[in-house]
Amino acid sequence: MSQIIQLLPQVLVDGLTLGFVYAVVAIGYTMVYGILELINFAHGDIFMTGSFVGAGVLFTVMSMGFMSSAPTMVLFMIMILVAALITGVMGVGIERVAYRPLRKRNAPKLIALITSIGISFILEDAVRFIADWTTGNYIITTRPLFQHKFTIDFHSVFPFFNNATFQGSFLVVSIVTIIMLISLDLFVSKTKWGIAMRAVAQDRETASLMSINVNRVISVTFFIGSALGGATGVLFLIQYGTVDPYIGFILGIKAFTAAVLGGIGNIRGAMFGGILLGLLEMFAAANLSTITHGAMGSEYKDVFAFIILILVLIFKPEGLFGKATIEKV
Amino acid sequence: MRLKRMIPLLAILALAVGLIAGCGKSGGSAGGLKVIKIATQSPLSGGSATLGEAIKNGAQLALDDQQKAFNKKGYKLVLSPYDDMGDPKKGVSNAQAISADNAVLAVVGHLNSGVAIPSSQVYQKNNLSMVSPAATATAVTDRELSTVNRVCARDDFQGPAGANYAIKTLGVKKIFIIQDKTPYGSGLAAAFRDEAKKLGATILGYEGITVGEKDFSGVVSKAAAAKPDLIYFGGVYAEGALIVKQARAQGLTIPVMGGDGMDSSTSVQIAGSGIKGVYYSTVVGDVTKTEKGRKFAAAYKAKFKKNVEGYSAYGYDSAAVLLEGISKAIDKNGGKLPTRQAVATAVRGIQDYDGIATKVAFDGKGDNKFAKIYIYKFDKAVYPATEQTEITKK
Repeated sequence: MSQIIQLLPQVLVDGLTLGFVYAVVAIGYTMVYGILELINFAHGDIFMTGSFVGAGVLFTVMSMGFMSSAPTMVLFMIMILVAALITGVMGVGIERVAYRPLRKRNAPKLIALITSIGISFILEDAVRFIADWTTGNYIITTRPLFQHKFTIDFHSVFPFFNNATFQGSFLVVSIVTIIMLISLDLFVSKTKWGIAMRAVAQDRETASLMSINVNRVISVTFFIGSALGGATGVLFLIQYGTVDPYIGFILGIKAFTAAVLGGIGNIRGAMFGGILLGLLEMFAAANLSTITHGAMGSEYKDVFAFIILILVLIFKPEGLFGKATIEKV
Repeated sequence: MRLKRMIPLLAILALAVGLIAGCGKSGGSAGGLKVIKIATQSPLSGGSATLGEAIKNGAQLALDDQQKAFNKKGYKLVLSPYDDMGDPKKGVSNAQAISADNAVLAVVGHLNSGVAIPSSQVYQKNNLSMVSPAATATAVTDRELSTVNRVCARDDFQGPAGANYAIKTLGVKKIFIIQDKTPYGSGLAAAFRDEAKKLGATILGYEGITVGEKDFSGVVSKAAAAKPDLIYFGGVYAEGALIVKQARAQGLTIPVMGGDGMDSSTSVQIAGSGIKGVYYSTVVGDVTKTEKGRKFAAAYKAKFKKNVEGYSAYGYDSAAVLLEGISKAIDKNGGKLPTRQAVATAVRGIQDYDGIATKVAFDGKGDNKFAKIYIYKFDKAVYPATEQTEITKK
């Protein structure tokens, strides 16, 4: 028991980092689902594309002599903005090319789902091809950006805690995600576009009768969701330093789980679900073998996290923040 | 309506294409020479693609070197590379495709033991001789299949050799072990653990991770809290190097040791300067130590514009051993194309092959009697690491 408590500060720091990433990616799933009732499986790969765009920007800027001495913060801002812009436009493009024609023809939702899986494969292999072609290796590793090491001295204040060590990148990831989460929340609840989005989510036909341009609202939703996903990709790159074209798959599934845990369609729920899942996973990875006396190692962390998910869903099938809705007819 | 009319047209077209392709194949000769295909099966995509490609390229060089000798006998060598993606299912389905191609007489592969084991069942059924440059799990040859051979050492030798070095030479007492749950990673880690226990070291923890993930801080902080002298990792560089990096980020400066899966230039790319103080045991030595090896490295660089990886020379030797077997089988058969069965017997019978990286002599199970384990250490963040010592099988 004491060992679990000792590790708690470090688990908290690492869990939050992972949780923030899950949270923002989960928002992309939840926003699209809220509006179209479509599980956009390509979203995990939009996230991955964002990280590669970020790496590409970093390499290009570094190769331009006069920029290589630019302060890290400026570099980072350029990376994240370019990545967000490109992935945002990509998200809109995917919606226009792949999902809108299906919607126009009233194709069953299952068809759109399969289409999104197809797009996910296309993105993975396209990125892999481009990365392999330009750098000769599709596992991209960048130089560390925020490498300053911090140690929070929990131990001297609370003797039963160990110290937590983290890198500057943790601060960057947390601050940027918190800014993104708050501004998105304000956008959805306060602005005209946000209100339109909520109206479309509630009832698409009625919203269109209220002179809301539904297609444009859907485009905006895809833009925002994908841009956030792409920006998170850059954060992921900053935090872990290495990306490959297949990171979007596992992470996407977990982020989707987080969205379900929080109540799919609910933005705040997705934020909360993501952070919770990150913390649970990290807690399990660090402590599972202590809890079970070595019977189960940390390799079972996902099982542990998903058992909790199942338990939550048994008692609250609509997710933690979701409203129980009557099936739309 | 229009679609309906298209169907017969398409059918005829498909038939015609099939016929043309079929004709092309059934000839099976190129410029009067009979084609002998050597298949390679290694991951050309996915996390271990660097290693898989090294094997393929090494085999390609061996074929190029032997091409003339075989041309004289009236044969043309063709390499047909397959991508097993490090995935057992893909490996088996490739193995079936390879077995169905009658021109293929032998297989170089696989990198991963987990893929080699099920795929070799298919080879065995079809009498197709396989030489693996890198599959080190004990079960690969312990099933005593007549077609399955390897030029590298076994895990139950690699793990203990690492443990020996760690405890006797580095003097560590407390060890934390992480493995990646694959047959390769956990087999290696378990062999290391058992030997380390025997030598009197304390095992502080034995944890697993999931291949393909990027965040291992949970396991790393658990390891850090246990305060070990050494972390041992059973697995491949894509995860191993990240564990090293995340351990260094948490302020752990202790040595980390791994198996041959860490033997890749990508390790350095991922872990950066954190790679300093990382040891790995591997089944391949530094080829550039011998004159032959340096020549090989230069030829490799000239052909593929890439530096040799650890497995390049083993890929070469595996293919060369197979070619020697085939060549013997041809001679025995009076210059005619031998059966797969005859090739498999000839390959197993090889006792005196002297290759780039290793001498090869197969024992009854298909293990190489001359296989050695080498211990390397990263002193700088540069690949390749420096060879510390070599350990020969007792």
